[in-house]
Amino acid sequence: MSLADNSPVTAPVDVEERQRARRRRLEQIARYTLPVLVMVLAIWLWDRIVVWNEIPHYILPGPGRVWASLTGDWSILYEAALLTAKTTILALILAVIGGAGLAILFDQSKLVEMSLYPYAVILQVTPVVAIAPLIFIYVENKTVGMLLCAWIVAFFPVLSSTTLGLKSVDHNLRDLYKIYGATRWQQLWMLQLPSALPYFLGGLKIAGGLSLIGAVVAELVAGTGGVGAGLAARIQEAGYRLNIARMFAALSMIAAMGVFIFAALSVLSYALLHKWHESAIKREN
Amino acid sequence: MLQTTPLDSRPPVLRMAGINKTFGRDVVALDGMTLSVNHGDFISLLGPSGCGKSTALRLISGLISPTAGRIEWAGGQSQDDLGIVFQEPTLMPWATVVENVYLPFRLRRQPYGSVKDEILEVLRLVGLEQFQNAYPRELSGGMKMRVSIARAMATHPRLILMDEPFAALDEITRHKLNNDLLELKAKIGCTVIFVTHSVWESVFLSDRIIVMAARPGRVIEELHVDAPYPRGEEFRTSAEYAGYCRATSDALHRAMGDR
Ligand SMILES: Nc1ncnc2c1ncn2[C@@H]1O[C@H](COP(=O)(O)OP(=O)(O)OP(=O)(O)O)[C@@H](O)[C@H]1O
Ligand SMILES: [Mg+2]
Repeated sequence: MSLADNSPVTAPVDVEERQRARRRRLEQIARYTLPVLVMVLAIWLWDRIVVWNEIPHYILPGPGRVWASLTGDWSILYEAALLTAKTTILALILAVIGGAGLAILFDQSKLVEMSLYPYAVILQVTPVVAIAPLIFIYVENKTVGMLLCAWIVAFFPVLSSTTLGLKSVDHNLRDLYKIYGATRWQQLWMLQLPSALPYFLGGLKIAGGLSLIGAVVAELVAGTGGVGAGLAARIQEAGYRLNIARMFAALSMIAAMGVFIFAALSVLSYALLHKWHESAIKREN
Repeated sequence: MLQTTPLDSRPPVLRMAGINKTFGRDVVALDGMTLSVNHGDFISLLGPSGCGKSTALRLISGLISPTAGRIEWAGGQSQDDLGIVFQEPTLMPWATVVENVYLPFRLRRQPYGSVKDEILEVLRLVGLEQFQNAYPRELSGGMKMRVSIARAMATHPRLILMDEPFAALDEITRHKLNNDLLELKAKIGCTVIFVTHSVWESVFLSDRIIVMAARPGRVIEELHVDAPYPRGEEFRTSAEYAGYCRATSDALHRAMGDR
C-alpha cells in the first residue's frame, strides 16, 4: 500500500460542507414559513373557539368579523393610522435630534452633563402615563402635547446609548488623534461620531418602539377632541360602543406599525454598519 | 559591556535630560532618564514589564508631561512631526485602508488629491496596494499592522515611535515584518524608537539598545550593535548576532536583578 492511495477524494465539497449547506437552506425556508404557519394555526383556532363555544361577537368576534371591520372601516382606520404614524415618526425624529444633540452637548461639556443628566433620568423613570394628563393641562395644542409625550419616552434610549458610544472610543485611537494635533471638532466628527454610530443605532431601535408607545399613551390621555382620532383613540372609542371587532382591527394595525418601524430601523442599521461593524458580519457555524 | 564610540556627526533630533515621571504620589514610572536621539537612529527600549517604556514614549509624544526634567526637540520642531505605532493596529474600523493611511494628512487639512501619490507609494512599500479599499476586518493581523506602519510613515515624520508593535503576532509574521521594517526605514530615512520585550528583535533591528529596569523605571545600560545595515537573514543566523543577543540578554538579567 502506498501513501498515494490515501489521496483525497475528488469531491468539490466535503460531506460536512454539503450538510451545512442543506441545513442552511432548510433554516432559511423555516425562518419565514414557520411564523406564518403559527399565525394561520392561531387564527384557525381562534375561529373554531368562537364558533364551537358560540361566543357572541360583542365579547369575542371571530377573525372573519375583524377582517370585515378592517376592510369595511378602512377609511376611518387608515386616517387614524396616518395620524398615529405622524405623531410617532415626528416624535422619533425629535427624539433623535434631542437625544443625540444632548449626548454631544454632554460629551463636550462635563459641567452640562453633571447638571442635566440626573433630570434626564428622572424624566425617564417617571411613567409617561402619569405625566401626560398634566401635559395636556398646560399645553393647549394637542399635536404638540402628543409629540411631547412621545418624545419624553423615546429620547432617553437615544441619549444614553449615544453618550455611551461617544465615550467608547478606542483609547489608542484617541491618543493618535491627539498626537496628530486633531482639533476637538475633528475628534468629534471623525472619531467619536463614527465610534458611537453602532450604539446610537441600538438606541434608535428601542426609541422607535417607544415613540409608538408614547404616541398611543398620548392619544388615550388626550381624547379625540380637536385634532381627530388616532388608532389608540379609535380603540378607546370602539370599546365604549362594544365594537370589539374594530378594536381588534385597530390593534392589529398598531402592531403592524410597530413591526414596520422595527424592520425599517433594522434595515437602516444594517445599511450603515454591514461594511465594517462586527455585529453585521456573518460567520460560518 | 559593549561600548563603542558615541562620536556621531548626524544631526540631533531629540534630547531627554533627567526625566522623571511620577504618577500620583509614589508610582515612579521613570527616574532620571537621559537619552539623545540622532537622525537615522534605530533605538530599542528593552526591559521587563512596568519599567516605564510606554511612559517614555508617551512623554516623547507629548501625551503626558514629565514631573521633572526636560525634553528638547532639535531645531524647534516638536511632537507634531511624529508617527506612532501601538501594540494593536489601532485602525478606524469604519474606514478603508487608504482612508486610514490618509488620516494624518486629513487632520492637517491636506486634500486627498495632493497626497494621493505618497499614500499609494507607502502602501506599495508595505505590499498592500491591492488592499487599499479593504476594510480592516478583512485583513489579517499582520496586514493590519502593516497598515498601521504605513500610516505612521506616510507623512515622512522625523521620528517614529513604536510600542511593541509586533508583540501580538506569530513568529513567522514577526520576522517578516522585522525585515520589512528595516527596509522601509532605509527607504524613508526616518528615526525610530522601538519598544520591545524581545532580545532577539531588539538586536536585529537596532543600532542602540537601552536596557531598562523596573521599580523605579530607569535606564541600566546602553548597548551598541555595530553590525552594518542592511541586515537580513544572513545577519540573523550569524555568530555576531548570537554574540550581541547573549550580551543583551546578560544586560537584561542584570537589569532584572538576577545576575
Ligand atoms: N496613567 C498611569 N497612572 C498611574 N500609574 C501608571 C500610569 N501609567 C503607567 N503607570 C505605572 O507606571 C509604571 C510603568 O508603566 P509603563 O506602562 O510605562 O510600563 P512598560 O514598560 O510599558 O510595561 P509593559 O512592558 O508591560 O508595557 C507601571 O508601574 C505602571 O503601573
Ligand atoms: Mg508598555
